[in-house]
Amino acid sequence: MSDMTQAAEAAIDTQSQEYLVFSLGSEEYAVDILKVQEIRGYENVTRIANAPDFIKGVTNLRGVIVPIVDLRIKFHLDKVEYEGQTVVIVVNVADRVVGIVVDGVSDVMTLSSDQIKPAPEFGETLSADYLSGLGSLEDRMLVIVDIEKLLTSEEMALVEQQAQ
Amino acid sequence: MDITEFYETFFEEAEELLGDMERHLLELDLDEPDPEQLNAIFRAAHSIKGGAGTFGFSVLQETTHMLENLLDYARQGELTLRTDIVDLFLETKDMLHDQLDAYRNGAEPDPEAYARICQTLKQLALDELGHGVGSEPEADVAPPARPADETASAADGNTVGEAASEGQAQETQAAADSGWLRVVLLNVSDKDRELLVEELGNLGAVKEQHGDATRYEVVLESASSRDDIEAVMCFIVEPEQLDIAAIAAPTDETTQGDVEASAPAVSQDDAPASEASEASADAEQAAAPAEKAPAQTAPSDKPANKGGAKKKAGAESATIRVPVEKVDQIINLVGELIITQSMLDQTASELDVAAHGPLVNGMNLLQRNARDLQESVMSIRMVPMDYVFSRFPRLVRDLTGKLGKDIELVTEGKSTELDKSLTERIIDPLTHLVRNSLDHGIEMPDVREAAGKPRTGQLTLSAQHQGGNILIEVKDDGGGLSRDKILAKAASNGLAVSDAMSDDEVWQLIFAAGFSTADQVSDVSGRGVGMDVVKRNIQAMGGHVEIQSWPGRGTTTRVVLPLTLAILDGMSIKSGPEIFILPLSAVLESLQPSNDDIYSMAGNDKLLKVRDEYLPLIALHDILQIDGAEQDPTRCIAVILQAEGRRYALLVDDLVGQQQVVVKNLETNYRKVPAISAATILGDGSVALILDVADVNRLHRQRANSPKHAELTASRQEDVVS
Repeated sequence: MSDMTQAAEAAIDTQSQEYLVFSLGSEEYAVDILKVQEIRGYENVTRIANAPDFIKGVTNLRGVIVPIVDLRIKFHLDKVEYEGQTVVIVVNVADRVVGIVVDGVSDVMTLSSDQIKPAPEFGETLSADYLSGLGSLEDRMLVIVDIEKLLTSEEMALVEQQAQ
Repeated sequence: MDITEFYETFFEEAEELLGDMERHLLELDLDEPDPEQLNAIFRAAHSIKGGAGTFGFSVLQETTHMLENLLDYARQGELTLRTDIVDLFLETKDMLHDQLDAYRNGAEPDPEAYARICQTLKQLALDELGHGVGSEPEADVAPPARPADETASAADGNTVGEAASEGQAQETQAAADSGWLRVVLLNVSDKDRELLVEELGNLGAVKEQHGDATRYEVVLESASSRDDIEAVMCFIVEPEQLDIAAIAAPTDETTQGDVEASAPAVSQDDAPASEASEASADAEQAAAPAEKAPAQTAPSDKPANKGGAKKKAGAESATIRVPVEKVDQIINLVGELIITQSMLDQTASELDVAAHGPLVNGMNLLQRNARDLQESVMSIRMVPMDYVFSRFPRLVRDLTGKLGKDIELVTEGKSTELDKSLTERIIDPLTHLVRNSLDHGIEMPDVREAAGKPRTGQLTLSAQHQGGNILIEVKDDGGGLSRDKILAKAASNGLAVSDAMSDDEVWQLIFAAGFSTADQVSDVSGRGVGMDVVKRNIQAMGGHVEIQSWPGRGTTTRVVLPLTLAILDGMSIKSGPEIFILPLSAVLESLQPSNDDIYSMAGNDKLLKVRDEYLPLIALHDILQIDGAEQDPTRCIAVILQAEGRRYALLVDDLVGQQQVVVKNLETNYRKVPAISAATILGDGSVALILDVADVNRLHRQRANSPKHAELTASRQEDVVS
């Protein structure tokens, strides 16, 4: 038994990645942990006028002005509340620092490549373009988000798109 | 130690020296040259030559060498300076600058230009002095190796100059060949003397030494030239304390073959002739970087040597060179410190003073220190406007010559300080304005005389602080702008104009792209690409430009710039629950509007009557869709703002206060936001947005012009209701 676990672990080491798992409502999502800079509480966000509703505003992260995106609004979740459990995952993508609001962070998981299944074409809310795949873990399903692609996409309106 | 590490230092220093040289050349009174200035010019050339030699920039070295020799004659009164000679010197200075740039970019300087300037300088020497300024290797000097060759010929050239002045050419020529020098040290302390003699020992062989502190004589046998020795010694003593003269060798044997004679001089090893010279070059090399980095001084760790180095360091440490990024980092950190301090302050202010006396006192002290620190740090970036103005005397001199005009340049407020990054960016626009004034503004002397004005035109550059801004003026006493000409030109360019336009509006037309009323295009200006760029550049710096002109009396261009881009004097205002910062420079006044003063126009648009003026009334909560803001204008505050020459009244709920804020870029992690120029962090750690006053107005006009506005407002109200 223990031999088998070790063998499995060795396999994981060679072709697996660590993911930060977070929840949006009852759904579980995951992002590449190497993109995550830190996790902090949701507080003191200054609204930006004329911005899309999922852009909550900007906050002060030790002297750096960081935009805050609420993925729950972006993904059209019914219940969007801000309470003690609400956290902001600060990610570092494309040389930018962006905070994403989620309902909670559960754990860090290691997924091997055979645990990740290709994502099917979804509806309009979350295009498969922004997904790295679906992670299956016993009875749980994790939606693995390509956070860099998502946050730099035109529809997020976070980054000024280069003129064509 | 890698010598290339010192390249950058040398380039920077050389550039500064060239700047000094130019300044002194321009200031020079030709009828009665100030010996101090001549010396300063000479020293600048000399220092560059030394550095260039050290780093092996031979073309630069030779050019400066020739210039230096001519300057030497000039300061000894043998060469009478005239305008054309000064022009030639200035041209040589430009050439040196080009050569320096070439070396800086890792290239070799243009050999043709070099040959040409050499020829010109040599010709000047021949014409004026009747002999050359020896710089090339003379035929009679045996060339054992290149460095030796150069040193020897340099020695040769210099002593020729000496000889002429003493009128004993024959004898001194022999003396120079002998390599014997008498070095006299005047008023040198024992410690320094010891050091100097030791240095001399490195350059050659000390044959004899005697004397006391007031006058100490050393007889030296060396292949190094008088100048080289002086250059080394000057690290320790002032040039006035030195007197070096070539003397004849005591016996004939030593004089055969100049370089050979010096071979035993480096007595520590039995080096062949060429190495001996190299050794002396090495000594110089060791010394030259020392000038730039006192810490690296000299090849020894002897205490005496350190003493000397310290003395030199004391003299040089008046300025240090620091990369701008380092300064910016400090400014950022201090900004953070200030914010943290305000946060602490806010917390402490809630405490009972009686119970926490020491803490409150400490907080007050911290606040004072933090503010002082911030002020000092900000002042690091500040440089006097002289940095900008100092380049104009040359421009004016060159252009007046070219245009055949007679113009006197007056500068005022040279010591006014401005952020370094802004001074660099203001140079180009200002150069353009000055060129314009010289070319189009000030008339030809005859025209001026006919108009009853003095033949000499006057161009005034001035700078002064005005609140948080700096006001730079370019003023000429020329013909002024021609209203008719500008209007005609504007009409032919397809701009909308009318004769009823006010003067100010007419003057603004010349900032339109492609505008030039010059009757003919000169190579000075008049191509019509310019004033629009000037205006754009100045606006990009957060400033604005205005023109005032009086026919026949001249034109004044006023450039107003913020002192720095890193800190902003702001007025914090409240609209609904949100706090915004308005740049104080845009705020004219604020008032509480009464119903009688508010007029509506074309349905939605509102105007506010302030004294005798009707200003557009813009509600901030409308533009930025702020919920919970006061809707009744009479219970709001109207802040009168001015941007890009337009005025309007902005309705806000409340004025919170005035404060200096650290400007933070919003685009680093986000994107450009309409009506917002940047962000800042408030005392409680939250972010406040800084309003872009001109953009708010633009946004308002856009909305007013598009029918969408009504829909937008309507849908928003629905949102609020639902």
